Amino acid sequence: MDLLTELTIFVLACFVGFEVISKVPNTLHTPLMSGTNAIHGIVILGGFIALATATDDTLGKVLAFIAIVFGTINVVGGFLVTDRMLEMFKARPRPKRAAEPEVETEKP
Amino acid sequence: MTNLPLASFFQDEDFITSCYIAAAILFIVGLRRLSHPTTARSGNWVAAVGMLIAIVATLLKDEITDYALIAAAVALGTLIGVPAARSVKMTAMPQMVALFNGVGGGAVALIAWVEFRHYQPSGSAGDQTQILAPTDVMIFLMFSTVVGAISFWGSNIAFGKLQEIVSGKPIKLPLQQVINALILLAILAGSVFLVADGPVDNEPIFIGVLVLASLLGVLMVLPIGGADMPVVISMLNAFTGLSAAAAGFTLDNTALIVAGTLVGASGTILTRLMSEAMNRSLANVLFAGFGSPAAIGPGADADGEAKSHRSTSPDDVAIQLAYASKVVIVPGYGMAVAQAQHAVRELTDELEKRGVDVDFAIHPVAGRMPGHMNVLLAEADVSYEKLKEMDEINSEFPQTDVSLVIGANDVTNPAARTDESSPIYGMPILDVDKSEAVIVIKRSMNPGFAGIDNELYYAENTSMLFSDAKSGVAEILSEVKELG
Repeated sequence: MDLLTELTIFVLACFVGFEVISKVPNTLHTPLMSGTNAIHGIVILGGFIALATATDDTLGKVLAFIAIVFGTINVVGGFLVTDRMLEMFKARPRPKRAAEPEVETEKP
Repeated sequence: MTNLPLASFFQDEDFITSCYIAAAILFIVGLRRLSHPTTARSGNWVAAVGMLIAIVATLLKDEITDYALIAAAVALGTLIGVPAARSVKMTAMPQMVALFNGVGGGAVALIAWVEFRHYQPSGSAGDQTQILAPTDVMIFLMFSTVVGAISFWGSNIAFGKLQEIVSGKPIKLPLQQVINALILLAILAGSVFLVADGPVDNEPIFIGVLVLASLLGVLMVLPIGGADMPVVISMLNAFTGLSAAAAGFTLDNTALIVAGTLVGASGTILTRLMSEAMNRSLANVLFAGFGSPAAIGPGADADGEAKSHRSTSPDDVAIQLAYASKVVIVPGYGMAVAQAQHAVRELTDELEKRGVDVDFAIHPVAGRMPGHMNVLLAEADVSYEKLKEMDEINSEFPQTDVSLVIGANDVTNPAARTDESSPIYGMPILDVDKSEAVIVIKRSMNPGFAGIDNELYYAENTSMLFSDAKSGVAEILSEVKELG
């Protein structure tokens, strides 16, 4: 693909990125950061391609191998950690505690 | 296999590009959903599906043949990443994000290095064919090298600071800014040379640039105080995104360009939102060295005069709390590190049984990341309605009998309202000092992560309970129970 087409894609993606995060409540800042963090794990694709270009280059292969390991950690860890953070945000009624009997007698 | 029509269909560049378009749509929808509380969790998985599609599509590419090696690398990365993500404590989430961000940046720098070596004539003994590197490819290659390396090392330092391997206080070298500027100039000079002269036989210079960029990453983050780390991590996250996009230009891969750019752009906005939540500009976060210029030693006034504070005991605190009608609990990082959230919830239950009205005041940047306290308290089953945001709770402090500050520091410092010379001046704070009485549970009089003294501790209505957050709260709890 030629450079100008790629630059067009870049500019448009910039605008989408700016717009999509317009208004976010404070509590979601960290999960959102973590989620975008997982998305740049896309570099793992770069690792695959780099490994393919390093045909006769042992050091290059080693570097690309590490890059894939790093990319995998980024993707897998990133999505999992984000999910664990967001798990805590689920709205839940608390019938358990409301139904809890008052065992202790209260004195003023 | 390539002679089968079906296989060739899947290996077709158009098919792979179509998959990339699908992935891009899923990333955008995922991001959109991630920015609303009710849809956030599903948004994360939508983006993950996009990622899976992009990965599978790339593996179908003609030139990708070394599946054994790829499988080994992915397995190794999964073996490291999954347990790390699963077992990390809620309190350690921010540093985990820093670490995951760092490896992403590291991957980009390594990919750039492999690409650079690809242009060397000495690829193998007999094969001396030389591939020319176009100027634009070299520009993107150098950009992804430098920014990727900065992100990798900067994130590692941020991790070290949050994990308290590296001191959380700002570490300043003399002439820090000058040194950083010189390093940046050297990096630029080296990169310009490499772009102009081409990669052939210039690998030592490339490695030199890589080392300098790594050094710059370390030196950039070291002088920043731990309290500002979330903003720094968010910025480095945007950096990694941009470097991934640059790698996409180098490798001619649209998936990398789109996803990297999305992260770079949204990460930039997010970084701005985060620094706005602290009422500081990003430049201020990066260069002010939070806490160094106006920092005053603990317990000393500007002119060195010692100020006095009042300390208290768990049984006194228990009585104060038990006979109050309205208590506001202000949690901070101290509660997180001590894992005191369950004890805090028990204390809340106990006080409510006695008819005390208990609320939680959540500062937007309490802890080490926005939302940190919400996550921890939700984990301890504190009901969501009790968590009041700063704007909502601040008007209630004058009617509050006791504010119980548990391991929070800078977010309660009245200097942010009154002292123009304070580095946190202008930051919105929780007005705990306006309540009838303030009790601060804190391990010592040492200043917080920002490294600045808190006037609140010397106020007349403040008493200090010197203790670890968990044992302090537990002791108060048992004293409250004894009151019967």
